[in-house]
Amino acid sequence: MEFSYFPGCTLKTKARDLDETARLAAEALGVTLRELPEWQCCGAVYPMSREEIAVRLSSVRALMAARDEGRPLLTLCSACHHVMKRVNHDMQTDEGLRTKANNYLQPDKPYAGETRVVHYLEMLRDEVGFGEVARKVTSPFKGVKIAAYYGCMLLRPSAVMRFDNPENPSVMEDFISAIGAAPVRFPYRNECCGGYVALDDRGAARKASRRVTRAAAQHGAEALITACPLCLYNLKENGGGEVPVHYFTEFLAAALGLKTLEGGLARAS
Amino acid sequence: MRVDEKTLAEDIVRMSGTNVKKCMKCGKCSATCPSFEDMDVHPHSFVTMAEEGDVAGLLKSKSLWKCLSCFACVERCPRGVEPAHLIEAVRFFALSPQGLNKMKPDVVPIFLQNLEEKGAEVPQQLLTSAFRKYSK
Repeated sequence: MEFSYFPGCTLKTKARDLDETARLAAEALGVTLRELPEWQCCGAVYPMSREEIAVRLSSVRALMAARDEGRPLLTLCSACHHVMKRVNHDMQTDEGLRTKANNYLQPDKPYAGETRVVHYLEMLRDEVGFGEVARKVTSPFKGVKIAAYYGCMLLRPSAVMRFDNPENPSVMEDFISAIGAAPVRFPYRNECCGGYVALDDRGAARKASRRVTRAAAQHGAEALITACPLCLYNLKENGGGEVPVHYFTEFLAAALGLKTLEGGLARAS
Repeated sequence: MRVDEKTLAEDIVRMSGTNVKKCMKCGKCSATCPSFEDMDVHPHSFVTMAEEGDVAGLLKSKSLWKCLSCFACVERCPRGVEPAHLIEAVRFFALSPQGLNKMKPDVVPIFLQNLEEKGAEVPQQLLTSAFRKYSK
């Protein structure tokens, strides 16, 4: 199983843990990730205005590179996934944007959204299968209560993202079960943590992130997991420290016996 | 005002790609908005004001900066109106005239100093998305 891989800017810097543990785990699960030889930051925010073309181009370049390599494009950061998937959808469905982007980039073969964009969690669920993940687990987090924080960008808008049920998702809970832990379902798991305004309006970021961490703590969570570096930062920094926050891949790599969970939780087994 | 308000309202709606006429005024967008309490103009009012061409109020609304771009209103609107796209288009017009960018690169070191005092690690994603939101 081979994927072209788009790590994104943060995974090369502040979120190295996310990148490293994901690569280790993928290898152990028989999945080959081939990082695109050249890629640029996706911009972190999907350009909602229809007339902004230039800010879509770096994503189109990455999508096109994956097509030319003949592989699906794997993403990990929630923001990268959101931007890639939506820009790809634009290229499939919006003729005006497609024409302008192709006119600008002048590729040998025009791009029309042919690449399949796959998030790491979707790869685990649909390509590897959680049953297979569970079979490869050597150090299960038996009895540990883990809450999944989906946030916004993986799920919405569901008509484009098609990631999971937007109001009652289950992929991350299934992941938690696969590594032997106990999933904690809590309100606010798919509500915003306010990360987007954390620079300019820390009060708002604090209010939104505490709603999330408090609800998780009240439901008995011993840890929160996320796929998003911005959610992780915001929940840690502005969430009041109620629950430790980790990337889901840190738990995966630890459960597969590849890397100890830093600041880790004691296993019940 | 650079152009007459009616033209500007049409430009904003066109750029957002939304169809404000589909709104049936159910208020679900505002009910689900995580920033509702902090907003002066609420998402459902954004739609109505854009429909009526009242953009002067939208351009100076503090709600532009309270929107978290979480797409809850987009997902939960029963009519597919996409209020967040409209708010983004108004932000674009509020920032695009020369000199009106809300964030300039020289503030970054100060932000980092303030935020990283406790050893926090501000992710690149936050800086990039802030520039996407606050400058055009």
